[in-house]
Amino acid sequence: MKEVIHTPVPYIEEEEYHINMGPQHPSTHGVLRLVVTLQGEIVKKLKPHCGYIHRGIEKMCEKDTYPQIIHLTDRMDYLSAHINNHAVCLLVENALQVEVPERVKYIRTIIDELTRIQSHQLWWACYGMDLGGLTCFFYGLRDREKILDIFEQSFGSRLLHSYYAPGGLMMDIHPDFQKNVKAFIKYFRKKIKDYDRILTGNVIMQERTRGIGILTRDNAISYAVTGPSGRASGFSCDVRKHYPYACYDKVDFKEILYTEGDTLHRYFARMEEMRESMKIIEQLIDNIPAGDYSAKMKAVLKLPAGEYYQRVETARGELGVYCISDGNKTPFRMKFRSPNFSNLGVLDSISRDTKIADLVAIGASLDFVIPDIDR
Amino acid sequence: MNSFFKYFTDIYSGVKSLLTGMSVTGKYFFSPGQIVTEQYPENRKKLLMQERFKGEVIMPHDQNNQHRCTGCGICETNCPNGSIEVISNRIDSGDGKKVRIIDKHIYHLSMCTFCGLCIKTCPSDALAWGQQFEHAVFDRAKLTKTLNKPGSSILKGIE
Repeated sequence: MKEVIHTPVPYIEEEEYHINMGPQHPSTHGVLRLVVTLQGEIVKKLKPHCGYIHRGIEKMCEKDTYPQIIHLTDRMDYLSAHINNHAVCLLVENALQVEVPERVKYIRTIIDELTRIQSHQLWWACYGMDLGGLTCFFYGLRDREKILDIFEQSFGSRLLHSYYAPGGLMMDIHPDFQKNVKAFIKYFRKKIKDYDRILTGNVIMQERTRGIGILTRDNAISYAVTGPSGRASGFSCDVRKHYPYACYDKVDFKEILYTEGDTLHRYFARMEEMRESMKIIEQLIDNIPAGDYSAKMKAVLKLPAGEYYQRVETARGELGVYCISDGNKTPFRMKFRSPNFSNLGVLDSISRDTKIADLVAIGASLDFVIPDIDR
Repeated sequence: MNSFFKYFTDIYSGVKSLLTGMSVTGKYFFSPGQIVTEQYPENRKKLLMQERFKGEVIMPHDQNNQHRCTGCGICETNCPNGSIEVISNRIDSGDGKKVRIIDKHIYHLSMCTFCGLCIKTCPSDALAWGQQFEHAVFDRAKLTKTLNKPGSSILKGIE
């Protein structure tokens, strides 16, 4: 028998040291702690520590009825709150085989795309700020305010709406909704040119991010990096395109794909997505059919016993909801496959041998929302 | 020779991109009409919230101090985090039947997540959203509110 020789592997090599980035660091966008092993200022290893904002949402779902679960999903990825709600609503509707009215599908698609735009606007604002351009932060938030005003007018709140309910919507849209959305699209088409002039064409931003943090297509698939980050590496993973839900099979839009996979192209992918979202809204906003804003639902929803899975495309990637029902009014088990958690896994491999200042740029381009990682 | 030219074209394109960005910021700097900043504490007198704004849960009363709540407790069972407690008791209605009236409709604003299920499921439309949004107080106990006003009664004809 061959003798196995164990050679002790030191955790830190010679001339290396640890730095804790976070949990209270502005560029981690929340309470994420990255233990970075550095050699000089070169990142050698990176270990994310999660759990600082873990609230046990999956466990809380087990005591809540299906309509009550909706408001918990808001609080996972709060920047795409509507899309998270949509996932649970679709799961319940498909399990009960309820046909939702056409009007609901149209409104949901429009609101999902508005959510995507406002999420990307905030991402653009923070991306500029992380790279040292504070002006971007103000411009991004200024334009996001317009969408939040539309949201506030129709649903009463700005961040955590809980607007979708199984079977339809909580209430009908405001009478001015269509007019305001059209005015916003007109306004934002002008402003997105400013975005390009101030940051996209900026030589400092381009030189800092080109060729940094390259994520290859194979790596993107094996780490399941979805959303704009995965599509910037050439991984065609748009759920809206491949498994259409709501009205996405009726509209014409392009899946943004790049092959470079570096930080700059993740930036381009998100900028182009905002334009595609505006295109989708423009196709639907004039054709919202009249009708009920909700299907007739029972007072107590009981899913037939079995397993259900539903995926949607949030602003950051694919959100999967997996539910086991034992026939009661509460689920037996609820599992969320959150896009940010998978995207975080790739951070170690793509940031190796880059400078620690580039780590901030890479983190900004992956667009983390920490409550979605921890849930 | 090639790298020599590239050196100067890089400088040129760099300066040009910076000036393009500066022209955007300069445009806003010299046009104060586009300022969107709200002067919040100063403008609170004329600050109007949207009619659907979710500030807090209220129970509307009419001019005779009458509300529409029957005390059925559907809002209490639908609330995901126990922020509503309905305390009701049964009284004689006069014709021999016992009717339920609310004693206290307690609302814990500190626990509310503003999901709107209580308002949506209420069968008699007794609850509504209030537009009050300045909820900061020094004492936590002040966030526990009794929604029915003292001496109020139920509107006639609500079952």
